[in-house]
Amino acid sequence: MSKLPKPAELAKVSYNNPATDWMDTPVEFKPGMYCHGSKPKSLEIVGFPNPRDWRPADADWKLPENWKEILIEGIADRLKKYRSFRLFMDICVRCGACADKCHFFIGTGDPKNMPVLRAELIRSVYRKEFTTAGKILGRMAGARDLTLDVLKEWWYYFYQCTECRRCSVFCPYGIDQAEITIIGRELLNLLGLNIEWIAGPVSNCYMKGNHLGLEPHTIVGNLEYMLDDIETVTGKRIKPSFNRKGAEILFVTPSGDLFADPGTYTCMGYLMLFEELGLDYTWSTYASEGGNFGFFTSNEMGKRLNSKIYAEAKRLGVKWILGGECGHMWRVLSQYMDTWNGPADFLEVPKSPITGTVFENAKSMKMVHIAEFTADLIKNNKLKLDPKRNDHLTVTWHDSCNVSRGMGMLEEPRYVLRNVVNNFVEMPEDTIREKTFCCGSGTGLNASEDMELRMKGGFPRANAAKFVHEHYGVNMLANVCAIDRATLKPLMDYWVPGVNVCGLHELVANAMIMKGEKERTTDLRGEPLPNVQAKEEKA
Amino acid sequence: MKAIVSFVAVLLLVAIGYMGGSAGSTSRFLFGVVAPYSAFAIFVVFMIVRILKWASSPVPFRIPTTAGQQKTLPWIKDSKIENPSSVFGVVIRMALEVLVFRSLFRNLKTQLHEGGRLAYGEAKWLWMAGLAFHYSFAIILFRHLRFFLEKVPYPIQLVESLDSFLQIGAPLLYLTDVALLGAVTYLFIRRVALPQVKYISLIADYFPLFLIFAIGATGVLMRYFTKTDIVGVKTLAMGLISFNPAVPETIGAMFYTHVFLLSVLFAYFPFSKLVHMGGVFMSPTRNMANTSREKRHINPWNYPVHVHTYEEYENDFRDKMKEAGLPVEKE
Ligand code: HEM
Ligand code: SF4
Ligand code: SF4
Repeated sequence: MSKLPKPAELAKVSYNNPATDWMDTPVEFKPGMYCHGSKPKSLEIVGFPNPRDWRPADADWKLPENWKEILIEGIADRLKKYRSFRLFMDICVRCGACADKCHFFIGTGDPKNMPVLRAELIRSVYRKEFTTAGKILGRMAGARDLTLDVLKEWWYYFYQCTECRRCSVFCPYGIDQAEITIIGRELLNLLGLNIEWIAGPVSNCYMKGNHLGLEPHTIVGNLEYMLDDIETVTGKRIKPSFNRKGAEILFVTPSGDLFADPGTYTCMGYLMLFEELGLDYTWSTYASEGGNFGFFTSNEMGKRLNSKIYAEAKRLGVKWILGGECGHMWRVLSQYMDTWNGPADFLEVPKSPITGTVFENAKSMKMVHIAEFTADLIKNNKLKLDPKRNDHLTVTWHDSCNVSRGMGMLEEPRYVLRNVVNNFVEMPEDTIREKTFCCGSGTGLNASEDMELRMKGGFPRANAAKFVHEHYGVNMLANVCAIDRATLKPLMDYWVPGVNVCGLHELVANAMIMKGEKERTTDLRGEPLPNVQAKEEKA
Repeated sequence: MKAIVSFVAVLLLVAIGYMGGSAGSTSRFLFGVVAPYSAFAIFVVFMIVRILKWASSPVPFRIPTTAGQQKTLPWIKDSKIENPSSVFGVVIRMALEVLVFRSLFRNLKTQLHEGGRLAYGEAKWLWMAGLAFHYSFAIILFRHLRFFLEKVPYPIQLVESLDSFLQIGAPLLYLTDVALLGAVTYLFIRRVALPQVKYISLIADYFPLFLIFAIGATGVLMRYFTKTDIVGVKTLAMGLISFNPAVPETIGAMFYTHVFLLSVLFAYFPFSKLVHMGGVFMSPTRNMANTSREKRHINPWNYPVHVHTYEEYENDFRDKMKEAGLPVEKE
């Protein structure tokens, strides 16, 4: 693995363009900037083409003889299937408004990370193969041949885009590079050119129900550990149920929440909240993944993995589905699930059994985000909260790309946050809400071998966090995304030491006074509560 | 280099137009009648083809870019335009995009300062120049209708008098003439002056700018400097529109140059990035309401896929599940 440069070095980004035109500047695979290639086994399990051992840095990618044909046919097919793709190939005016909006461009200065050039990588081939001008005029019309170098360039740069959609907010025609990357990656997958950090979780999720490959007994075991910790903190023993038929609600969350901190603290938060509400709900070990790395592979793979959620809801006979804190999971659920695997006519319109609120906005897809659910609880005074318990924290809010720009859930988590913490500070306006910056590691790029890429891509987010850390003493970066919880931590440690990362429901659970709980002395992380600290200092 | 290629191409077109206009009556017929007719036909036919092509690809998923608060709980104020949940909201969102370039208005300049601090500054020049350019282009086109109508209708007269309200010079100076040439010049300068924009620019990005500048410039030359026979031009225009074309002898070569360049623009339009004029209306990230949770969106090519069923899963893990105390379907 390459050595990660020091932050001061990485912060010196050069925005100088190469002397040569981008078409004449071949791609250079820089260590630390890309992930390992997919392993044959991961592809075989889900029946993907061209499983073999290969390494991105190798000259020979072991492609099928007719790889070019496969790709051109693949493009033709997708032009017919997606108006977005066809349109976005035609209408860009190269005004450059999107150029400096991409976190990867800001962090790397590499012109091919400007969304517009990332699109041109494939648009140039589109011109050559599918437009008259491109066929006749070639380079003069901005067209170029699909060569092995071009293919490598696609691979390198479509795995340097996190499909965050920030570019599409600024484009005067809404050209969404995420859409082009999605299709670009789908094309690469026709040749078996995935990265293992995506292909592995996909095959895990397909066979075992979740990305991490946690088997049923491990899921139960992992939750048991959390229940022990909850007992230590609150004195209460919680007994959740699994795969239980007849429960009212099925709860689905990203498996990251079950695996490592700080996600596990968020998961403890869910468990405590549901216990306090006396919610009639069940976990599932089969539909044990809310996230969807299939979505980063191909539309079809996304659908295949997603199918488990409705199927399990049907099998268990629940009324509706509650979803945990995740980012891309929620773009997939809100914009794709019902279309892929609906109609979920065996479910009822989600209704909070505690407040009676009917979630009309989820009338058809029948799934509610836990931040929506909890905001409704608090609004209706159903929780006893003591935000002082979070007084050792000054919190800022990271809007995850997908829930911001692929759903629009901005106020619900903020409302919850304001009710459970006393110190909440927003990051600069141009870095939040619909203009939020990616963690730099989304869409399956959260591996370790590409750490330099991740730190560069997360630079703008970290920069904004650093600002509120230095000016307002912010020491906690809260969010509703499992990938964020896993990736923002190393990002903060690298760029802004002293800022921790947590999920929303960790803070909820810290503030929530449970019936019959013992007097708490620590938060969920086992750290002394502020009032206890004060008492100790006095004594 | 790319700019130079485009520049030379437009110069060539100017020369062709000028020579065509100075040659004999056959040539004038070619440049004054055949060229505009064919260009217009190409424009209409191929624009329709382009739009039908876009329309023939379905929109399989509901993918609006949500740039504001969604509609959820009744007490949370939703952003009805930036994240529309109704047709009305979408119409307003689209109107703002088309009429005032809403998204471009968001533009920011990202700057990396000493010590690795990022700052986001206002950047409204592109938006302003873009608006000035498009509106003056539209107004100028509209004003030109006076040549095609026997009696100049009131709306055109009104626009003309507003456009020349400064009352400078004779003939009166139109503001839009200045705005068009100024804005196009700015758009060109930023294209070569901003390194990033220069790096992404293609020949096809400079060409329309030079072409439109040349159209504007020949028009301005005719109106304010070289003068042309307006009566003759009107005769020609009326002839064109009534499909009874006549080519008066009295019109100068500058006019033919102007018309020829415009014809090139029209004919070039459907095959270039200028199709954004139609495309902007069809962009799925902008013209869809964010209602995918409320109402099922149908994908016409949705097809069944291989899934790993619960039954298969239980078969894989039955013993482990039983040991962990999990219920199973089959003992
Ligand atoms: C519904 C109609 C239209 C809309 C909403 C629209 C919108 C836009 C926007 C937002 C831009 C980017 C900003 C800029 O560079 O100015 C642009 C660029 C451009 N438009 Fe349009 N446009 C329309 C029609 C037209 C027409 C009819 C023409 C041509 C005659 C045209 C020519 C151009 C050109 C040449 C550019 C590129 C400017 C540059 O090189 O920077 N547009 N358009
Ligand atoms: S903002 Fe849109 S039109 Fe402008 S360069 Fe980027 S993708 Fe193209
Ligand atoms: S979707 Fe995000 S990561 Fe991809 S090009 Fe756009 S801004 Fe960059």
